[in-house]
Amino acid sequence: MGDYIVLAISCILINNILLAQFLGNCPFLGTSKKMETATGMGMAVVFVIVLAGIITWITERYLLKPLDIEFLRTLSFILIVASLVQFVEMFLKKSIPALYTGLGIFLPLITTNCAVLGVCLINIKEEYTFFEMLVSSFSYSVGYGFALVLFAGIRERIILARVPKSLQDTSIGLVTAGMIAICFFAFKGMV
Amino acid sequence: MAQSVVKEFTKGLWAEIPPFRLVLGLCPILAVTKSVENAVGMGLASAFVFVFSNLLVSMLRNIIPSKVRIAGYIIIIATFVTVVELVMQAYTYPLFLKLGIFIPLIVVNCIALGRAEAFACKNPPLASVADGLGMGIGYTLSLCVVGALRESLGNGTLMGHAVFGPDFQPFRFMLEAPGAFVCLGLVLCIMNLIGKK
Repeated sequence: MGDYIVLAISCILINNILLAQFLGNCPFLGTSKKMETATGMGMAVVFVIVLAGIITWITERYLLKPLDIEFLRTLSFILIVASLVQFVEMFLKKSIPALYTGLGIFLPLITTNCAVLGVCLINIKEEYTFFEMLVSSFSYSVGYGFALVLFAGIRERIILARVPKSLQDTSIGLVTAGMIAICFFAFKGMV
Repeated sequence: MAQSVVKEFTKGLWAEIPPFRLVLGLCPILAVTKSVENAVGMGLASAFVFVFSNLLVSMLRNIIPSKVRIAGYIIIIATFVTVVELVMQAYTYPLFLKLGIFIPLIVVNCIALGRAEAFACKNPPLASVADGLGMGIGYTLSLCVVGALRESLGNGTLMGHAVFGPDFQPFRFMLEAPGAFVCLGLVLCIMNLIGKK
């Protein structure tokens, strides 16, 4: 049990997928201008990463490895992620419309969010067991949402500030992200 | 014809240089630019994928039905990424280890998909290759600039050679994660300053 907690903390804070591993930065800068979009995106990411983590882990373990075709990993994983996102979108639209209106517009964006494929690949690379994989997928994605919401909060304030013209928008966004990354850096000595 | 091909090629080098002008494909530029060597490796690997995926998408542009085009593009891109992965594993293994999961992640590099969707699916193969090559070289250049800044300031070296003499105190912040964000933000700011004139 203790191991799982350590793993969760290290995935959320220390190896935060956005700020320490640099995955999923394009939607990070794109969808973080408003708190609401950031929350929606964060939730959609958690949902998709956990599902994709489970399916890719099973694929790797029971299909790619026994058949010795691991070189097809990239190809098969991206196909799984892309079709999963499509499927989730259709499923939510039909059966849980309330959730769909909340997450809907963010779902197609997630296919090219490298955090999803990144977490799946990290799970395989670290040779996690099934439960470790569950914990790591969940905590990585929670860490992603956490950083996204934090960042959106700061960015909403920056809009009110007077930023030099050439630093505006993405540029100041990146510098802000750097500042948040410094805060997350402080967790490094924890585990 | 020749002129327009040259134009498609050169726009990737300055006017639309990724990721500064087109804010796409930020993850690798933050993650693998600790040294110029990594940056060059990553840039060339991505350039290869851009060129060939653009070529194939453009050749198949009348065959792929528009409803499943995104899935088609992803498969094409993933195929070339697998090729790069295997080639790098065979010939440049140390570099392959350093770049780690960022090689397979070229698949989700928005530039590759973005160019396929925005350019290659509407233009003939030659122009698409020029576009892919321009974007690829532009991307490599950007990676090198950030890599050179971070390596020289953070480690006092360039391609492994000392540049500032023995008294230089390395600015280690640049090599860490926060330094990557700040450095890229400032480079973007400088690009904006120059671009305005």
